[in-house]
Amino acid sequence: MKHSQTEPHYQAATNDKLDEALASHPRPARPNALSASLTFAWRALLKIKHIPEQLFDVTVFPVIFLLMFTYLFGGAIAGSTGDYLHFLLPGILVMTVTMITMYTGIDLNNDITKGVFDRFRTLPIWLPAALVGALLVDVVRYSIASTIIIGLGFLLGFRPDGDVGGMLGAVAVLLFFSFSLSWVWTTLGLIMRSEKSLMMVSMMIMFPFTFVSNVFVDPATLPSWLESFVDVNPISLVVEAVRGLMHGTATSEQIGWALLSSFIIMVIFAPLTMYLYRNKK
Amino acid sequence: MTYKSRATHEGDVAIEATQLVKAFGITRAVDGVNLSIPKGSVYGFLGPNGAGKTTTIRMLSTLLAPDEGNATILGYDLKKEAAEIRARVSLTGQFASVDENLTGLENLIMVARLSGYARKQAKDRAYELLSAFDLEEAARRQVKKYSGGMRRRLDIAASIVVLPELLFLDEPTTGLDPRSRNHVWEIVRALVTAGTTVLLTTQYLDEADQLADRIAVIDKGKVIAEGTSAELKASVGSGTLHVRLQDPDTRPEAEQILTNTLGTAVQLSSDPTALSAHVSVTSRASKALDELAKANISITDFSLGQPSLDEVFLTLTGQPPEEEHTSEENIS
Ligand SMILES: Nc1ncnc2c1ncn2[C@@H]1O[C@H](COP(=O)(O)OP(=O)(O)OP(=O)(O)O)[C@@H](O)[C@H]1O
Ligand SMILES: [Mg+2]
Repeated sequence: MKHSQTEPHYQAATNDKLDEALASHPRPARPNALSASLTFAWRALLKIKHIPEQLFDVTVFPVIFLLMFTYLFGGAIAGSTGDYLHFLLPGILVMTVTMITMYTGIDLNNDITKGVFDRFRTLPIWLPAALVGALLVDVVRYSIASTIIIGLGFLLGFRPDGDVGGMLGAVAVLLFFSFSLSWVWTTLGLIMRSEKSLMMVSMMIMFPFTFVSNVFVDPATLPSWLESFVDVNPISLVVEAVRGLMHGTATSEQIGWALLSSFIIMVIFAPLTMYLYRNKK
Repeated sequence: MTYKSRATHEGDVAIEATQLVKAFGITRAVDGVNLSIPKGSVYGFLGPNGAGKTTTIRMLSTLLAPDEGNATILGYDLKKEAAEIRARVSLTGQFASVDENLTGLENLIMVARLSGYARKQAKDRAYELLSAFDLEEAARRQVKKYSGGMRRRLDIAASIVVLPELLFLDEPTTGLDPRSRNHVWEIVRALVTAGTTVLLTTQYLDEADQLADRIAVIDKGKVIAEGTSAELKASVGSGTLHVRLQDPDTRPEAEQILTNTLGTAVQLSSDPTALSAHVSVTSRASKALDELAKANISITDFSLGQPSLDEVFLTLTGQPPEEEHTSEENIS
C-alpha cells in the first residue's frame, strides 16, 4: 500500500483503537421492518427530548385555538359560550389536530434537504420504516393535543351528552383520520423543494378545507353551492362523526363515512408517498 | 471501449464503469465516464467545482440512476443488483448526513440499529467508534454543536458502523484545518489497511497525492486524465518556475531564454515583471537561471513550485481540442 512506502511517520500515529474498531466484525442480519420502524420512532422521540419546543404545536396551539374561538364566536353565534362549546369543541378538536398533521411533511422535507435521507437510503432497511416510525410518534403527538383540548373543554364547561366510550371512539376516529391525512403531507414533503414552498402549499390546501366545513357553523345556514362542498369535505365528515360520538347521537352511517374518507385518502397517498420516496433522485 | 463482461464476485476489481452519463436539463453533469478501480486501493477523483464528482459518486453508490451507461460494483450490476451493492458499500456525502438534532452517540446507535445490531451491541459499537474517532467527549452533545472536523469524523464513523467493502468519501477534508485533515487521512489509511477500498473526491492535488494510489482528473463531466500521481505530474511537468525581473523591459529577452532552455511555453502574467514556465526536469530550472544571469538579466525573486491543481488543469484543459483528445485516451 502506498502509505507504507511514502509516509512512514503516519505508521507511528496509527492508533490501536482505530485499528480495533475497523477490525472485521460479523455483518449483522438485516433488521426487520418492525424493528427499523421502532428505531425511527425512537429517533422522533429523541428529537422531542432535545427540542421540547417541538411540543408547542400540540400544547399551546390547541389552548389558543379553543379559547380564541370559544370567546370570539361563542356569544355571537350561539348566544352563550357554554352552548357554543357544546357544538364547537368537537370541531375545534378536529381542526387543531388536522393542522398539526402538516408538521409531518416538514420534518420529512428537512431530512431530504439536509442529506440525512441519503444515509437512510444506503442502509439495508425497509425504507418506508422511516415514515412509519415518524408517523407512530405523530399519533402520540395528536393524542396529546386531543387530551389537552378535551381537558380544557371540561374546565370551560363542556359537558358532552355521550359516555366515555363515545369520547374514546371520537378520538380514535380522529387519530385514524389524522394518520391518513399525514400521508398527504409526506407526499407534498417529497415533491416540494423547500420548506417555505411546502408550508405555503399545505396552508393553501388546509385553510379552505378547515374553514369551509361544519367546524364553526351549521352548513344548513350556507348558500346551497357552498353547502354541497361542505357536505363532501372529508373534514366535515369527520367532524360530524366526532361530534356525534361525543354526544351519543352518531349513526353508523356517519362513522362509516368518516372512516371511509380517511381510508380513501390513505389508499391514495400512502402508496404515492412510498413511490416517490423510493424513486427520489 | 468494449463493454467488459461481468466480473466474478471474487474478482479484484471494485468498480468497472462504462460510459456513465447523467444530465440535469441541459447540463451534462457526467458525460461519458469510464472507470476501472482495483480493490484494496485508494482511488481519487480530482476536479474543480461542478466537475461532476458528486454526481458520479451518487450514481456509483446507487443513489442516482445513470441516464446512460452502466457499472459493475464489487461484481454486482448497478442497475439490477442495487440491494446487494447497498449492503456492501457506504457513502459519506459532501454535506454531513448525520442528524443534527441528535447527539453523536444517538446518531451512531441509530445507524447501528438500522444496520441490524441488537440494542446492546449497537451501543457497544457506537462507543467503540466514538473512542476510535476521538469523539468520546462529545458523545452526548448535539451534533449541531460540533465543529466541522468533528462532524466529518462522526459522518465517516456512521458510514463504517458495518465495515463496508467499498467506501465513497465525497470531499472528506474540504473546509477542515490541517490537523483535522490529518486525522481524516489517518482514518482513510487505517480503512485501507482493514481491507476497505476507498474512492474519494478532492479539489486538492496534494490530498490526492498523499492518499490516492490512482487518480482520475475530472472536468466538465469527463475524465481528462488518469494515472498514478507520479504519472500525472510527469504529464504536467515536475513543477513551475516563477521568475520576477528587476526591469520589465527585459521580459521579452527573458522569455526567449526560458523558452530555449526549458523547451516549454512561457506564461506571462499580468504583472509586467513576472513570468513562469513548466519545468519537467528540475536541473533544467537552475540551468535556465544560469542563462538569465549570463545574459545580464537581473532577477529579484524566483521560486520553483510543485504543480498546483490549477497548473494541472491549465495543462490538461488548456490544450487545443485535438490534443485534448489524445489525453482522453489515457483512460483505457
Ligand atoms: N440535482 C441537480 N439538479 C441540477 N443540476 C445539478 C444537480 N446536481 C448537480 N447538478 C449540476 O451538475 C454539475 C456537476 O455537479 P456535481 O455536484 O457533480 O459537481 P462536483 O464535482 O461534485 O462539484 P463540487 O466540487 O462543487 O462539489 C454542476 O454543474 C451542477 O450544477
Ligand atoms: Mg461535489
